[in-house]
Amino acid sequence: MSDLKSTGQQTADAPTPEDALHEAASLDAREAAHAPGGKAAGPVLAADGTPLKRSLARALRRQKMRALALIAPLLIFVLLTFIAPIADMLFRSVENQIVSETLPETVVALKDWDSEGGVPPADPVFAALYVDLFIAEAQKLHTRLGTRLNYEKTGVSSLFRKTGRRVGRFDTDTYTDQITALDPSWEDPATWVAMMESDANRAALPFTARSWDRWTAYQLSEGDDPAKEDIEDVLFTTLYLDLRETGGTGAADARIAQIAAAVGDFDTVSLSEQFADADKDWLDPEVWGTIKAFAPNYTPGYFLNSVDMQKTPHGIEARPENQQIYMKLFKRTIFMSMVITLSCIMLGYPVAWILANLPTRTANLLMILVLLPFWTSLLVRTSAWKVMLQQQGVINDTLVWLGIVGDADRLVMINNQFGTIVAMTHILLPFMILPLYSVMQTIQPTYLRAAKSLGATNWTAFWRVYFPQSVPGIGAGSVLVCILSIGYYITPEIVGGTTGTFISNRIAYHISSSLNWGLAAALGSILLAAVMLLYWVYDKIVGIDNVKLG
Amino acid sequence: MADTSSNDAFVEFERVQKSYDGETLVVKDLNLTMPKGEFLTMLGPSGSGKTTCLMMLAGFETATHGEIKLDGRPINNIPPHKRGIGMVFQNYALFPHMTINENLSFPLEVRKIGKSDREAKVKRALDMVEMGAFGGRRPAQLSGGQQQRIALARALVFEPELVLMDEPLGALDKQLREKMQFEITDLAHRLGITVVYVTHDQTEALTMSDRVAVFDDGRIQQIAPPDELYESPQNSFVAQFIGENNTLEGTVKELSDKLALVQLDDGEVIDCMPVNVNAVGERTKVSIRPERVEFQKDRLKEGAHLLKATVKEFIYMGDVFRTRLSVAGNDDFIIKSRNAPDQVRLKPGEQIEIGWLPEDCRALDA
Ligand SMILES: Nc1ncnc2c1ncn2[C@@H]1O[C@H](COP(=O)(O)OP(=O)(O)O)[C@@H](O)[C@H]1O
Ligand SMILES: [Mg+2]
Repeated sequence: MSDLKSTGQQTADAPTPEDALHEAASLDAREAAHAPGGKAAGPVLAADGTPLKRSLARALRRQKMRALALIAPLLIFVLLTFIAPIADMLFRSVENQIVSETLPETVVALKDWDSEGGVPPADPVFAALYVDLFIAEAQKLHTRLGTRLNYEKTGVSSLFRKTGRRVGRFDTDTYTDQITALDPSWEDPATWVAMMESDANRAALPFTARSWDRWTAYQLSEGDDPAKEDIEDVLFTTLYLDLRETGGTGAADARIAQIAAAVGDFDTVSLSEQFADADKDWLDPEVWGTIKAFAPNYTPGYFLNSVDMQKTPHGIEARPENQQIYMKLFKRTIFMSMVITLSCIMLGYPVAWILANLPTRTANLLMILVLLPFWTSLLVRTSAWKVMLQQQGVINDTLVWLGIVGDADRLVMINNQFGTIVAMTHILLPFMILPLYSVMQTIQPTYLRAAKSLGATNWTAFWRVYFPQSVPGIGAGSVLVCILSIGYYITPEIVGGTTGTFISNRIAYHISSSLNWGLAAALGSILLAAVMLLYWVYDKIVGIDNVKLG
Repeated sequence: MADTSSNDAFVEFERVQKSYDGETLVVKDLNLTMPKGEFLTMLGPSGSGKTTCLMMLAGFETATHGEIKLDGRPINNIPPHKRGIGMVFQNYALFPHMTINENLSFPLEVRKIGKSDREAKVKRALDMVEMGAFGGRRPAQLSGGQQQRIALARALVFEPELVLMDEPLGALDKQLREKMQFEITDLAHRLGITVVYVTHDQTEALTMSDRVAVFDDGRIQQIAPPDELYESPQNSFVAQFIGENNTLEGTVKELSDKLALVQLDDGEVIDCMPVNVNAVGERTKVSIRPERVEFQKDRLKEGAHLLKATVKEFIYMGDVFRTRLSVAGNDDFIIKSRNAPDQVRLKPGEQIEIGWLPEDCRALDA
């Protein structure tokens, strides 16, 4: 991109405020050198006694501020409506906080589990999942998480939905019953509220304290008062688990010690069995592997998905053949954009040439024809192509009528690549013709005459003298057409069928139908990168300073 | 030039006419014969059809009527690139995307000349215009005068026998123009090429050419060597167009082979040389060059007609004095006198008598 910079300097022939500053500086130096005697060190002063350099800088600053104020509306507009969404898209393509936000306990508990071991995790992990899922179900967040993880492993969505329905009815009331039998005051929510206000208690019952906080926060957000609602089984379960783990040492409340003394003899419930009862997929290590793999806040998963790979518990691998679509779509998008660009050059070059060599009046008239497509709706134009190209359409009818093709084997020209290429070439043609025309207008006819007078045939004169001078126009047109067509959506959607759709159609599908915004964002980011790469390659080959729009 | 038969004619226009729009003739009945090696200038006001003639010769325009011959062969049907005519354009038309060397080797390449030969010829051509050090540059990196030299070198590098130049010095400043005028004529004579040169600048035409064809209104008004053109203009357009000229209008009173008596509009009668008058009673414009007018009696020939004149303005120009007089109703009558020690400086309002030799006073068409 250093070329870009240098062209910037070339075009900036007009004096800039910086120039003036430099000039002022060098002026200072010169004045100093010319000053007689030892006065050389003193700066040149303006009429009011301030150093000239400073008053010049002040004058220029005012100019700069005014310029900035003038462009401010556009700058803000662009920032808000363009830069911000792109940044948001880039962020979404790697963002993955949903797992760690919905299953915070599980994610931590899974740290020590080995996903390569081939066995599901132990009971404490199920306990953590129990709490997480119970709260998520109440918040109705578990289905969202299921949908998210379902992108990575099919079946997870229904697993979460199914388990969500069961998680409130686990057999954990065993703990509730045993604890309240020992001391009925545990049934009173006020006991819990008071208990959880003591730091010592909280330290003794860490899991319970965390779960209590999350649960009460949820209740408060729903407008309920934790001091009045019944205590759920899940909290008794965490209380039991904490006491069995720590023995309740250090707790300030004697009631805790009372239960702690009894826990050893409690009847227990296996949470892994409870989950397996709900859905036996919970015993599948692959499910747990997926949760663990997507636990981090940021994931390359969407990008891997975009290039037909996936992150599995065993590392990164290619997706199954039958699920590989994106690379194919990317390649098709690039290939068809190139074909469309080439067709635009082939069709547009002669038109631009004729326009540039006609008298201005006639050229302007013809220019209206070139611009006409801009004045009709894109949808109308695309639909018109449908009418033209379909099997019962105008072209096929004409061909059949002329006897060129039989009625039985009418040509298939729509809902495939051909249809997309034809329609898009037509739609994007003005973007090729306009820069070509404006560049060709600047090529004086005397060059061709000179070449011919030097002995060149018409073809040589064109190819060696005219064509090279028109290359900047081809470059500008190609960059425009290629970049526009890579991101094109409506036309391929309408006339593309299944073989003529672009990556953008898939992006639109993920945004509006499958609601997999992360994947859509990743695909969009790759598209953005592809366009920038294209631009870079173009800069390397042709040079961006060779692009002229007029 | 009396024996110029069509056999030594190198370039020939025969009754050539040209119309762009089918309504008006831009070139009307052009007849022109040029021998090999001649430097001919087409001089005329803007729009008089000079470029059109040049383009017809180069093959970029076709004559509507008539025939153009090159070295005895009709070339109407030969495409421009086969005519082998070198051409220098007003805006130089150097190919901006090629270096100077590439520009110069272009005509050699299309002629399929070998690489080493090409390089030698390009070098020779560049040295010829003293631009040997600039071969690697692009046209945009050269000054106007340098581009002009390159354009010249490119038109000459493939050794054409005929070179056409359409106002090649129009974009240069005066000093550079004078230098290039000299260099072009010098080159042309050294190489022995035939040149058709177009300009609207009469000084350029007079200083450079072997012959000058004065164009007006799609016709050649006069074609002659520069001195003849200046001293013996054949019609009043040429007299007006070339150099400074005084015109007095009148009617022919008497006409013989060597002398015409013309009665000016204020009644005075003067002796003139009949050039473009055919009958007594015809209206005529009498043309006298400012430097041929005398106002000191001792310098005038015995019996010369004298006219009364009033001095209007005296202009000191250094080498000459330019005095504006009112003569026979013409307030713009100019005389020029050399700044010599004994020269008289006239004062405005002074009444004097002026005169001239009858052969310096030409009776032309009205
Ligand atoms: N390509 C053209 N189409 C129509 N008219 C033209 C064309 N070129 C020149 N003319 C007309 O022909 C006349 C002579 O033009 P030109 O030969 O260029 O004159 P000159 O070179 O003496 O100035 C002008 O009146 C001009 O308007
Ligand atoms: Mg001209």
